[in-house]
Amino acid sequence: MTTTAQTAGRSPVRRLAGTLHRHPRLRLSLLLTAPLLWLAVLYLGSLTVLFVSAFWTTDSFTSEVVKVWSTDNFHALFTTPVFRQVILRSIGVALAVTVLCAVIAFPVAFYTARIAKPRWRPLLVVAILTPLWASYLVKVYAWRLILSQGGLADWMLKPFGMSGPGFGLFAAVIALTYLWLPYMILPIHTALEQLPANLLDASADLGGRPGRTFRSVVLPMVLPSVAAGSVFTFSLSLGDYITVQIVGGKTQLIGNLVYSNIELNLPMAAALGTVPVVVIVLYLLAMRRTGALSSL
Amino acid sequence: MQLSRSARIALRVAAGLGFAVIYVPLALVLVNSFNPDRSASWPPPGLTFHWWSVAWENEGARAALWVSVKAGLGATAIALILGTLIAFAVARHRFFGRDAISFVVVLPIALPGIVTGIALNSAFSTVLEPLGVGLGLFTVIVGHATFCIVVVFNNVVARLRRTSGSYEEAAMDLGADTFRAFVDITFPLVRSALLAGGLLAFALSFDEIVVTTFTAGPGVETLPIWIFNNMTRPQQAPVVNVVAAVLVLLSVVPIYVAQRLSADTATESRI
Repeated sequence: MTTTAQTAGRSPVRRLAGTLHRHPRLRLSLLLTAPLLWLAVLYLGSLTVLFVSAFWTTDSFTSEVVKVWSTDNFHALFTTPVFRQVILRSIGVALAVTVLCAVIAFPVAFYTARIAKPRWRPLLVVAILTPLWASYLVKVYAWRLILSQGGLADWMLKPFGMSGPGFGLFAAVIALTYLWLPYMILPIHTALEQLPANLLDASADLGGRPGRTFRSVVLPMVLPSVAAGSVFTFSLSLGDYITVQIVGGKTQLIGNLVYSNIELNLPMAAALGTVPVVVIVLYLLAMRRTGALSSL
Repeated sequence: MQLSRSARIALRVAAGLGFAVIYVPLALVLVNSFNPDRSASWPPPGLTFHWWSVAWENEGARAALWVSVKAGLGATAIALILGTLIAFAVARHRFFGRDAISFVVVLPIALPGIVTGIALNSAFSTVLEPLGVGLGLFTVIVGHATFCIVVVFNNVVARLRRTSGSYEEAAMDLGADTFRAFVDITFPLVRSALLAGGLLAFALSFDEIVVTTFTAGPGVETLPIWIFNNMTRPQQAPVVNVVAAVLVLLSVVPIYVAQRLSADTATESRI
């Protein structure tokens, strides 16, 4: 009697709350249904179709996609000299950007984490972060302004009888380095900041000079963070094609090839698109050995 | 580490140069917006506010800004809902495939934008177009939301990991039901993480160009697409200069808000 009265006195909302509380599985499936439909069906589904279509071909007369399984596209990828060149160039650009970022980032991060006065440090981190929020296009545009004819680069080099590099591969590397630099500074800064001071003291007590301490203590402990930062600088550079279009002159990277193939030959574009994905996965696997991924 | 005086000075100089490299291009964009000349040659022959008023009247830029805001708001709303749902599932439940889900969430931003772009493009054109839904603002929002989910997820899941479930349990012991506990306890705890995540998602969507290129229909032009289309037109250069300068100035806003919201979310980068 009392139980019926209690049940009757409960509002439907309260009953629903009780049901949800008693059934964690139901709760979980309610939480996951919508996101999984979105990510697994829409996103992974599209990706799967894309990668499957890399094995299709295009009728050279009608540009219609022919859905017959073949590895022609991948064969072309490895045998066509242009494709090989562009792929190697893209990997080279990505590596060059990564190395440049690491070289520029290290002293900046060392300063912000160890040399600057502690009360200035949070402000310096903000100073590194702010350009991250400036629009990607605006930052590339800035380099277009700098490197254009009669621009800042020309003006600065004029007294030395030189002119700026202009648009081209070099300009693309500079602009990409500029774009992804904060992604490298931040992890290095964090690692250097967390470096225990007593380890450095111990090294000094044992007779290590700063150079030796740097090589034997600082560098090994910071390297995973450099690797973590390099994951961003490498993969973001490898997939980029807008920057190359804006400041790269006639230079082509994988992204540009994919872009120019989309209208005419989607299967070929899909096959080309697998290249950066495979390279990035290999890079991630290589970086995992350094323990970088756990510090991402 | 006891660095020698000269090493310290060298590092100071190197860091100073580094910061100069970071900020000179942005400053140049600002100065250039006052350049009376249409060409980007340095130094500018004078300074003028004229192009700012011209840009203010520019229909194309205004329309593009409006499209970007709509796309950003739509994508942020979807990302907030889906990202929060996954965050709660991952942080408060143990289940098979939990790690796989955390991986799939990151994938849209980890893969090159062009891969995500053509994948969505071919999916939309094969599935949606036969149904009569062409590429347009809707598909842009869907594309943006897909890679915005991760920033909401990251912020909310980080917050949930720091706050144990014992607060909710205490509320329930005191008689609150699931919904009441959520409204009174859980939501206030994650509110600032949601705000920070939403802000990041909006900024990410606002800045996106690659995925937009592939998911926007012919008439849909977001601000980045507008800038990209007009960047090489000498006639439009002054207006592009002003729009670029405005975007540089606006980039201070999210960092300020994120700092105010909470110190922990601000230092997590935009990924």
